[in-house]
Amino acid sequence: MSFISYLINGLSLGSVYAIIALGYTMVYGIAKMLNFAHGDVIMIGAYAALISMTQAGLSPVIAILIAVVVCTVLGMAIERIAYRPLSKASSTLVVLITAIGVSYLLQNVALLIFGANAQTFPTVIQWKGVSLAGGRLNISGETIVTIAVCLIIMAALITFVQKTKSGQAMRAVSEDRGAAQLMGINVNGTIALTFAIGSALAAIAGVLLCSTYPSLTPYTGAMPGIKAFVAAVFGGIGSIPGAFIGGILLGIIEIISKAYISSQMADAIVFAVLIIVLLVKPTGLLGKKIQEKV
Amino acid sequence: MLKKMKKNTKNNLITYAMVTAAFIIMQLLISVGAVSSLLEGLMVPLCTYIVLAVSLNLVVGILGELSLGHAGFMCVGAFSSAFFSKCMRDVITAAPLRFFLAMLVGIAVAAVFGVLIGIPVLRLKGDYLAIVTLAFGEIIKNLVNVLYIGKDSEGFHFSTKDVMALDMAPDGTVIVNGPQGITGTPKDATFFIGFLLILLTLFIVINLTNSRDGRAIMAIRDNRIAAESVGINVTKYKLMAFTVSAALAGAAGVLYAHNLSTLTANTNNFGYNMSITILVFVVLGGIGSIRGSVIAAVVLTLLPEVLRGLSDYRMLIYAVVLIVMMIFNWAPGAIAWREKYFHFGKNKRGAGK
Repeated sequence: MSFISYLINGLSLGSVYAIIALGYTMVYGIAKMLNFAHGDVIMIGAYAALISMTQAGLSPVIAILIAVVVCTVLGMAIERIAYRPLSKASSTLVVLITAIGVSYLLQNVALLIFGANAQTFPTVIQWKGVSLAGGRLNISGETIVTIAVCLIIMAALITFVQKTKSGQAMRAVSEDRGAAQLMGINVNGTIALTFAIGSALAAIAGVLLCSTYPSLTPYTGAMPGIKAFVAAVFGGIGSIPGAFIGGILLGIIEIISKAYISSQMADAIVFAVLIIVLLVKPTGLLGKKIQEKV
Repeated sequence: MLKKMKKNTKNNLITYAMVTAAFIIMQLLISVGAVSSLLEGLMVPLCTYIVLAVSLNLVVGILGELSLGHAGFMCVGAFSSAFFSKCMRDVITAAPLRFFLAMLVGIAVAAVFGVLIGIPVLRLKGDYLAIVTLAFGEIIKNLVNVLYIGKDSEGFHFSTKDVMALDMAPDGTVIVNGPQGITGTPKDATFFIGFLLILLTLFIVINLTNSRDGRAIMAIRDNRIAAESVGINVTKYKLMAFTVSAALAGAAGVLYAHNLSTLTANTNNFGYNMSITILVFVVLGGIGSIRGSVIAAVVLTLLPEVLRGLSDYRMLIYAVVLIVMMIFNWAPGAIAWREKYFHFGKNKRGAGK
C-alpha cells in the first residue's frame, strides 16, 4: 500500500515537473533557446499568488489568476527586452547566457523585495482529499488537484497546438522559421505567444509546487527548473507529449528512490537515469531523430 | 603562414605579459598594504576562476561543445587532493612537496573522470551533451555529499550512510564527513602558486590550440563531417580536448581546496551555479578567446566586490550588467549601431562562430 501512495506522490510531483517542462519544451521548440530563467518565473508566480492572498486577502482563485497574469506579462517582457534583440545573434550560447542573467536578475529582485527568509505558502486547496482502502491509503487534495490540472493543461495544449490557427503557426515556426515567415506568419508574434503560454503555465506550476511544498524563497524555482529541464530533455526536447512523459517519469523516479534507496542520493539517481536514457536514445524518449545532411 | 605565426606568437606573449604584470602589480600593492584583506583573500579564488575559465574555453570555444558540468571536475580534483593532503599531512611535512603531489593527484583523478565521462558524453550533440554534462556535475556533487571515509589502524573505511556506519576502531579519524566535507586541509595554496598555475594553464591551452592537434580539434568544431572525411579521428580529438580541460579544472580544484580550511560541496561552489558562473566568464570574454576568458574572469570576480558598498544591490547590478553586456556585444542591432557611431567594432570578426 505504501508503494501505491509513493507512486501517487511521484505522479503529483511529476505533474508539476511536467507543467514546467512544457514551458521549457515549447520555448525550445519554437525559439530554439534554453530559457534558463523559466524556473525563476515560477518563483515570481508563487510570490504573486502569495502576496495576493496574504496581503490583499483575495481568494485563491483570483490569486492564481493574478499570478498567471503577472507571469504572462513578465515572460513576454523578458522575451521582448532580453531575448528578441539576440534572436539573430551568431551563437546560441549568447542567448543562453542572457537567460542566465535574467535568472539572476529575477532572483535578486525577489531577494530585495521579499527577503531571503522562507515564507509559508497558505493552502490554496481546501479539499481534504480522499481516503481509500479503509484509511490505509490517503490521497491529499493537493495531489489530486495537481494531477488533474496537469492532465487538463496537457489536453488543452495539444488541442491548441493541433487545432487552432495560432497553434499551427507555432508548429510551422518550429519546423522552419524562414519558410514560416515567407508564408506570412508573424514569427515574432508567435514566439511572444509561446513565451506567454509558457510563463502562464509556470505561474500555475509555481502555485501547485508551493501548495505541496509550502516554503517559498527567492531560490525556490531554481531546482525544480533544472529538474523540469531534465524532464524536457528526457522526453525529447521540443516535443509536448515528451515533456509530459518526461516530467511524470522524473517525479516518480525521484519519489521512489527517495523512499526506497536513499533520500540524499535521489537527485543523483534521477540524473543517472537521464544519462542512461540519453545514451540509449540520444534525442530523448520521444525526440525526433535528426537526419544529418552533408 | 610565417607572418600569421608571428602574429599568433605576439598575441600569446601579450597574454602572458598581461597576467604577469597584473600579478606583479597586485603583489606590490599587497606588500605596500594598499589592498584590503578581503581583496587579498580573493586572490587565490580569482586564480582558480581564471584557470577554470581558460580550461572551459578549451571545450566551449575550441572544441565547440557546451559543457555545463565543469565544476564537477573541479570538485573531483578538490576532494581527491584534499583527501591526499589530509592523509599525508604527517607523512610529508614539506608543504611545497606535499602540495605538488596533491596537485598531481587532483589532476590525475580529474583526468580519469574526464575520460570516463567523455567517452559516453561525446556521443551526444549540442543541448543533449550540455544536459548530460550538467547531470554528471550534479551527480558528482551529490555523491561527494554522501561519502564518508575514515581511517584507523586497520586501514580505510568507506560508507555512504553516516559516520557510525564506518565501524572504525577507537583510534580512527573521519577524513571525509559527508555533507560536512573535509576539514583541516593544509592551507598550502598561495597567490604565487595560483599565478604559476595560470601560466601553466595558459601555456598548455595556447600550445594545444596552435598545434596540429589543436587544428584538428578546431576542424571538428567547424565541420565534423568534413573533418572526418579528411581522416581526422573525431573521437580521439574530442576526448583529448575534454580530458585536458577536465584535468586543468581538477588543478583549479586543488588550488581551491588548499585555500580553505573546510571543504564542502554545495550548489554554489561545486554545483550547477559554479559551472554556469564559469560559462559566463567564457562567453562574456569571447568564445574561443583565451585572453578574453582571463579578463572576463577577473572583471566579473572583482565586480561584486567593488560593488560591495551597494550591499543588497550588488548582485542585481551584476545581473543587469551581464544582460546589457550580452546585448551590447552580440545583438545584431547593437553591433550595427556601434559600427555607425564608433568605429572600433570594424576589425572584429564574429569571434563566436
